[in-house]
Amino acid sequence: HSATSVGAIRFACNQARSFCSGGGGLSAAAATATESAGSSGASLQHADQGVEAGGILNAAKYGGRHHVSLIPGDGIGPELMDSVKTIVNVAGSPIDFEEIPLSAERGTDEDMRRAILSIKRNGVGLKGNLETFEGMTSKNVQLRTKLDLFAYVQRCKSIEGVPSRYSDIDILVIRENTEGEYSQLEHFNVPGVVESFKIITEAKSRQIAKFAFDTAIKTRRHRVTAVHKANIMKLSDGLFLDVCRDVARDYPSIEFNDVIVDNCCMQLVARPQQFDIMVLPNLYGNIIGNIAAGLVGGPGVAAGMNIGRKYAVFEAGTRNSGRSIRGKNIANPSALLLTTADMLEYLGDAEDAKKLRNAVLTVLRSGIRTPDLGGSSNTKEVVDAVVQYLLQVRGH
Amino acid sequence: LCQPSYKMPSHQLLLQLMKRPSLLLQASRGLSAAAAGGTRTVTLIPGDGIGPEISNSVKKIFAAAKVPIVWDEVDVTPVKGPDGQFRIPQKAIDSVNKHGIGLKGPLATPVGKGHRSLNLALRKEFNLYANVRPCRSLEGYPTPYKNVDLVTIRENTEGEYSGIEHIIVDGVVQSIKLITETASRRVAKFAFEFALREGRRKVTAVHKANIMRLSDGLFLKCCREEAHKHPGVEFAEAYLDTVCLNMVQDPTQFDVLVMPNLYGDILSDLCAGLVGGLGVTPSGNIGESGAIFESVHGTAPDIAGKDLANPTALLLSGVMMLRHMQLGEFADRIEKACLDSIGDGRARTKDLGGGATCSQFTDTICSRVA
Repeated sequence: HSATSVGAIRFACNQARSFCSGGGGLSAAAATATESAGSSGASLQHADQGVEAGGILNAAKYGGRHHVSLIPGDGIGPELMDSVKTIVNVAGSPIDFEEIPLSAERGTDEDMRRAILSIKRNGVGLKGNLETFEGMTSKNVQLRTKLDLFAYVQRCKSIEGVPSRYSDIDILVIRENTEGEYSQLEHFNVPGVVESFKIITEAKSRQIAKFAFDTAIKTRRHRVTAVHKANIMKLSDGLFLDVCRDVARDYPSIEFNDVIVDNCCMQLVARPQQFDIMVLPNLYGNIIGNIAAGLVGGPGVAAGMNIGRKYAVFEAGTRNSGRSIRGKNIANPSALLLTTADMLEYLGDAEDAKKLRNAVLTVLRSGIRTPDLGGSSNTKEVVDAVVQYLLQVRGH
Repeated sequence: LCQPSYKMPSHQLLLQLMKRPSLLLQASRGLSAAAAGGTRTVTLIPGDGIGPEISNSVKKIFAAAKVPIVWDEVDVTPVKGPDGQFRIPQKAIDSVNKHGIGLKGPLATPVGKGHRSLNLALRKEFNLYANVRPCRSLEGYPTPYKNVDLVTIRENTEGEYSGIEHIIVDGVVQSIKLITETASRRVAKFAFEFALREGRRKVTAVHKANIMRLSDGLFLKCCREEAHKHPGVEFAEAYLDTVCLNMVQDPTQFDVLVMPNLYGDILSDLCAGLVGGLGVTPSGNIGESGAIFESVHGTAPDIAGKDLANPTALLLSGVMMLRHMQLGEFADRIEKACLDSIGDGRARTKDLGGGATCSQFTDTICSRVA
């Protein structure tokens, strides 16, 4: 888990932003604002400009402390978020959490609106998984599309001390996060027949492809692999693939290849070390992301981040609510803690990020593990071990 | 699909036959087969690339085992009809309709442009609605995953593979996934009947109804209804991503999995990968009036004609076919000969880490099975 990767991803997102707003400098909104303000353009400067200049995205920082929106979510979310708050405190990281009451039970349109407003205000969020009951639309999907978090990034790297059938895996899964099969456009054609639309657009495909290649450059990785099923879905996945190939031409230093999704799955369980960065549409990203996470240790150690042009929301990589283990004190806090470390890095606190990451990895290496990793410790014991490590480090 | 017993009183027999027209077809074939001295005719589609050589291997092995089967070889390369559309040749269609059982090698599908997948067209033509793929760890060919023994059952006619796509405006493409109650119910029913027949414990429906509420929701509803009608089999539901996550950590927790088309395609290949890849995985497509068994690997044009191909997948599909035709004794013998030969390191083909040619591997099996 190199410290440079999250910073690089943030940079890549900046690049994607400037690409999307048609070049660097002021965004269209800022241009209008300064225009209408006339001579007092300076005072109405959109945060964007400072962002572009400093390379730091629009993230709320009051008195030197980051303000982060926190959505505990359902299942094991609330208990694990408590662990996060404890550890962030002990580590002395300058983060204040603004807790948002959004869950499967409590989720009116107004609640959703407030959640989105909060994340827009703070720029960064940390969330648990929100369950979707029958008859509901997925709130997770709503959040991602409304905040235009177009990329979902999962770093799947073999962890020392975590049992796995493989070693030396280091895959970065970059998944388009807002369209494709998750467009949620469905209807009953006639009774007993449902049509569900998968939408692929050139714009979003280009955005995610460019993001992938920019990330490759910044993280000094060598190859981007596009995953698709264009032999069957000739127009939709065909478009995605064509766009990826086109974008690849602008990055001659990065190798590009493509693989059909079912073959990709087979390759992943046979020889996962062959993959570097993978760029995929939404559903395949879901499948491959979960497979890759399973290969390096499972949901307990997977970190994920939803990145958009302006906002970022961090969550546990495989997005499980863990309903069946709620309240039993056996949930693995590592995933959310590693995610928090990524978030710290994103916010520019590389030192704190490194400290937290080291703490978690050291504890994992030492054998203090929850049952999902074959250990016999409970959540509290793992959290206490991380706290101990941080206190020691702080003591120096 | 049970064969009517000749000891049954005739009125009961008639009642059974009237309820299941396919049974009538089978019965008549069975009778004619019995009349012909017990030989069945099976359509053989050798396919492209390595298809012809592995088909020859299978024919040779079946002959060595004295299986009472006569092969009717046909070619399914599409021909241009009078309306300009490409279609499967009528001769092939007639053959499969007549015999009701087919064994098929790999067919090529072009990526991007070109005619729609031939495999898809075959499935549509013969209404093969369920794809069954047993994935079992092979003794003698170990992979990092031990004791895998699961079956993926995939809806084979609709879903994401309807082939309905449109360009809405420049740069925006819409692909339609179609889920119908009829097809979902049919495959769910098959899954439970299969589980009961094969003595399997549990059927898990794999879906993403949290995202695709109407389509996967409908599929799930049909599975639940069939579960109620088959109380002898345990039923569970699981999200696709959770299944993938758990599959690569502990595949032994799964038994029979039933799902719509796309998920089935991906998951069945994932499972094949766990036990050694497509080169050793059999597959069967079940329809209402027949079945086609096939190897699911590619055509491997790079090794075609070089006697390097591995016929295991096609052979094991043939074994599945024999069991379907109630020729279980022959099936067991051939399967054992095949697995023993794989277990014997020297006799394996190159893709399994051995040094034998296709012909040598075939001969080894023939000698074991005779």
